[in-house]
Amino acid sequence: MIAELGHFALILAFVMALVQTTVPLIGAQKSNTVLMEIGKPSAIAQFFTILLAFCALTNAYITSDFSVVNVAENSHSLKPLLYKISGVWGNHEGSMVLWVLILALFGLMVAIYGKNLPPTLRARVLGIQGSIGVAFLAFIIITSNPFLRLDPAPLDGRDLNPLLQDPGLAFHPPMLYLGYVGFSITFSFAIAALIEGNIGPAWARWVRPWALLAWTSLTAGITLGSWWAYYELGWGGWWYWDPVENASFMPWLVGTAFLHSAIVVEKRDALRSWTILLAILAFTLSLMGTFLVRSGVLTSVHAFAVDPERGLFILAILGFFVGGAFILFAIRAPKMALGGFFQPISREGGLVMNNLLLSVATATVFLGTLYPLFLDAATGQKVSVGPPFFNATFIPIMIPLLLLMAIGPMLSWKQGDLASAMSRLWIAAICSGGLGILFWLLNSDKPFTPIIGFAIAGWLGGGALKELADRLLLFKIPFRNSLLRAKGLPKSAYGMTLAHLGIAIFVCGASADSAWRSEVVFNAKEKDQTQIAGFNLKLQKVDRLKGPNYETERAHILVTKDSKTVANLYPERRFYPVQQMLTTEATIYSTVMADLYATIGEGDKRNGWVLRIWYNPLIPWIWLGCLLMVLGGLISLTDRRLRIGAPEKRKGNYKTPKLGTEHG
Amino acid sequence: MTPTRRRLAFIGLGFLSLLVASALALTAFEDTLVFFYSPSDIKEKSINTDKQIRIGGLVKNGSLKKSEDGITVRFEVTDLNYSIPAVYRGPLPDLFRENQGVVAEGHLSKGIFRAKTILAKHDENYMPKEVADSLKKAGKWKGESKN
Repeated sequence: MIAELGHFALILAFVMALVQTTVPLIGAQKSNTVLMEIGKPSAIAQFFTILLAFCALTNAYITSDFSVVNVAENSHSLKPLLYKISGVWGNHEGSMVLWVLILALFGLMVAIYGKNLPPTLRARVLGIQGSIGVAFLAFIIITSNPFLRLDPAPLDGRDLNPLLQDPGLAFHPPMLYLGYVGFSITFSFAIAALIEGNIGPAWARWVRPWALLAWTSLTAGITLGSWWAYYELGWGGWWYWDPVENASFMPWLVGTAFLHSAIVVEKRDALRSWTILLAILAFTLSLMGTFLVRSGVLTSVHAFAVDPERGLFILAILGFFVGGAFILFAIRAPKMALGGFFQPISREGGLVMNNLLLSVATATVFLGTLYPLFLDAATGQKVSVGPPFFNATFIPIMIPLLLLMAIGPMLSWKQGDLASAMSRLWIAAICSGGLGILFWLLNSDKPFTPIIGFAIAGWLGGGALKELADRLLLFKIPFRNSLLRAKGLPKSAYGMTLAHLGIAIFVCGASADSAWRSEVVFNAKEKDQTQIAGFNLKLQKVDRLKGPNYETERAHILVTKDSKTVANLYPERRFYPVQQMLTTEATIYSTVMADLYATIGEGDKRNGWVLRIWYNPLIPWIWLGCLLMVLGGLISLTDRRLRIGAPEKRKGNYKTPKLGTEHG
Repeated sequence: MTPTRRRLAFIGLGFLSLLVASALALTAFEDTLVFFYSPSDIKEKSINTDKQIRIGGLVKNGSLKKSEDGITVRFEVTDLNYSIPAVYRGPLPDLFRENQGVVAEGHLSKGIFRAKTILAKHDENYMPKEVADSLKKAGKWKGESKN
């Protein structure tokens, strides 16, 4: 009964989305306030009907209602509660419901918090957002109904893919979708602005919090996914340039470019049509990511059950929105007045370079990801494009970008002075050399290339800190006065410093891991030993144990250094009887400077087990760097200047401080 | 600089960076593209032995042998017309077994495929697309295992 209710709620949501699409758009065209106002209640109704459907599906999972096909295929009564819930989005149908739920959530937030948007713009944004909802709700109802019944109901379910039974993966999809789908709202803002033909600083200020929210979530989502791949797949790496990773990375790159170009629109009223184009591209790439994952045209660990009909449907949605958006862009963009004036060497110029490099980097990732598809379609020749390609193209484009990241913020708007910016960056040069030399001394026996990464990271990190110090006039005025300035500084300044610092730390981690990791594979019987990076590892014993829905072989590896115990590692090899699947559970001993990563392969007492051990230097810096970027995004979001049109309710006096943001 | 000239400069710069990127991508393709071959392709075409390639097919029944050290494995990759002997040192993916599809990356040396990595596949019934296609080409395809 509840499942039918969920199905009905989805259809109701579809109708609501239709209303949300048509009525406010017509209202805005005819300047009819009553019609425009329909946008708000219909957006709210759409969200809550989808929420109802989502809860109905979750309920079916929690109560293990195996008369629902989707539950029977992806859940099991013995599964822990967390994975029963995460199972809701661990499959195609359920994840699409989550997708539209988040889509509607953004519509809801604009409806509620967008009070100070001009009524026509708000009506149009809601209308466009509604139309995306229409398309995807139709997709779910027609091709991917999660509430289909099964008769007779099986006694138990087929269980969720064990690889997905993991806390990292429980939260990765919602986060990632918040980012992916978050770019729908910047898209809606862009299309609405194109319809209105009015894009300026105010528009940029309205759209910025949404872009920040989407970017921050996408950063967190990609990080969680990478972290999951690192410790759950047992392959020892954290990024594989897998097509599906790329599919989430491309919107991130374009979204990053958009965040930066929107600043130029806001401050200087320039780069307007380019910014609109980026907003359209970011969502296009998000939709393409959805298509790539759902259609099964690319093989990857993420491949859901493949169904050509679904692929075609999403391709049609993609074609409609992207085609429509570009046609509108082509008609409207040339009519936009040219923006504010600036010299090539200026803050704007720096941001233009940022945009160019990020866009070109996106293009190379795009090429590498889709080239095998094109070649297969054109010639039937099968190729794969792996990490070497991306290392050879993506990294050379990133290096100038990273170097510029320290210089750009030092330039003033309109007309900058490169010489004075460089002279202010003396400390960055020292950091660059210092970090490079330090890590070279520590790793003089290893390949040299990562040192370049450290030098760049030092330059960037030092530059980011110097920029903040200059703003505070640190050591130039009494320290107390600097503190006062620190209080007055907009939150977005801290956000930028943190995010750029995060990139610097990330670059250190990624550089070190690229060339300094080491690996030992050995066949060990109990009490056998091996050495890696100064550690001694001894296989104590291997136990057979039983988990809630799996059986496991668990090794105990004692790690010692200079005959002192450092850690105990327990890698496992699990067998899930319901799915007849084996998984490798890696175990990681993590310190600030490196990870020791061990997996156990097949084997038995007599012949020994195959152990694989990696020494991965500075991996934790990768996660730390990403965390700082997310933190930077969150802090920027609390900037009071953004609160005009931001997801923040403000009543009464403008000066009323908000909880925790003003003095926190 | 006038706004129009600025726009032109912007577009020009854009093309220039795209040009640089294309040059980078093309040279990278030259060295880094990894081609996929079936055992039949390898028998029929002469394949450059220095280059990394991928081969795919089924792990031939009865061919999987583990050597003394417990780490090196030998097996044959077959599309049921031809087989190529392969050798790999390292732990095998969880689902690697005889009569299952496999894709391996490495290089050919004296008729033996030296695999550097064996691509992990996570689904019992999953047949790598490349392998399915090469079996179809060899006329040995028995249809989807599912449905």
